[in-house]
Amino acid sequence: MEISVSLSSLLEEHRDELLSDWAEALRSATTRRADLISDEQVRVEAKQFITLLARATRTGTADLEGSDWDELRGLLGDVSRSRALAGFTPSEIATFVFSFKEPLFDLLSKAAADGGNAQALLADNWRANLLLDRLGLYTTEVYQSAREEIIRRQQQEMLELSTPVVKLWDQILAVPLIGTMDSERTQVVMESLLEMISETSAAFAVIDITGVPTVDTLVAQHLLKTAAAARLMGAEVIISGIRPQIAQTVVQLGVELPEVTTKASIADAFALALRRLGWTVSRNEKA
Amino acid sequence: MNRIPVLRMGRFLLVTVQMDLDDSTAAQLEEDLTTGIVKHRAEGVLIDISGLDFVDSFIGRTLVGIASSSRLLGAETVVVGMRSAVAITLIELGIAMNGVRTALNVERGMELLSGLVGGGRPGDGG
Repeated sequence: MEISVSLSSLLEEHRDELLSDWAEALRSATTRRADLISDEQVRVEAKQFITLLARATRTGTADLEGSDWDELRGLLGDVSRSRALAGFTPSEIATFVFSFKEPLFDLLSKAAADGGNAQALLADNWRANLLLDRLGLYTTEVYQSAREEIIRRQQQEMLELSTPVVKLWDQILAVPLIGTMDSERTQVVMESLLEMISETSAAFAVIDITGVPTVDTLVAQHLLKTAAAARLMGAEVIISGIRPQIAQTVVQLGVELPEVTTKASIADAFALALRRLGWTVSRNEKA
Repeated sequence: MNRIPVLRMGRFLLVTVQMDLDDSTAAQLEEDLTTGIVKHRAEGVLIDISGLDFVDSFIGRTLVGIASSSRLLGAETVVVGMRSAVAITLIELGIAMNGVRTALNVERGMELLSGLVGGGRPGDGG
């Protein structure tokens, strides 16, 4: 797609006219959010947009990834990000670009009427249309990638927060699991637990699932894998904190946990581990 | 070809793997161990794999094979010092190594082995 170079000069010549038309269109648009952003701010951004669009189309290349378009992409990126943070929806953001179509087409048809060339008008209209569509979609892309970035960061933070391995006693470790277990989290739990086992020479590891809301076949399988890996390293895993509903669900699912010791509470699991290691807990007589 | 030495320690055979095993070395080890058990009338085998940080399904199966054939020959096998990465790999490969006893380090492995064969078969040795 080539852009007619005349678009650039047209934009520059009629900038003020375009801007006032566009500002009017933006003010009357149904997607206007006067509560989130001032008309003045929108006008400043619109003015920048027209200036940069004129500059970008001057060379005639229509490759939005090209260096000619860097400045305009930067502007749209900033606009999209700041509005996303302010609480705009993606369609409200994209409408900022799309609403430029009407004043631009008016201008194009006026210019073509002066020149009297209907064919050229159609072609220019179509090219400008495509261009604005792509710019509008670009704002949506930026919006989406900004959102995804936030989600990724939160996931990472959750991963780091949620998998502590604590030492209960000499040779006894505990991992209190909280929240839904997916394969990524299970991997982190498994790795940090096995690391700790070899670091502390632990003989028992208690995995407490009191904080796991649901146990399905996948979670059960993950737990089994962890237990089997720990066994290979020479430690025994005890699973505790199985709530009555979860026990029933697991049985109904037909999942079996063979070769893994299970206990109702972490206290029971701890007591079992102490007993196996040869400890006895006794209470002093009151003096 | 590399050959892993098999050491005799009283009633037990001791093997320390200090490098990554390739297929032929692993197969050779299996053969050396089984003949060693018969020759020395060993009652237990302790394999220390703390130096091993790479495994594939063949190595995993060889370890299981060593344990099974040792049991047929009347000796218990304990694998000690498995690294966490190795353990995860074996589980992901689906080799649960059922029937192979494990311990965290050589010391605990020896305790386990002594416990396993401790009271058994006085005098006849196999």
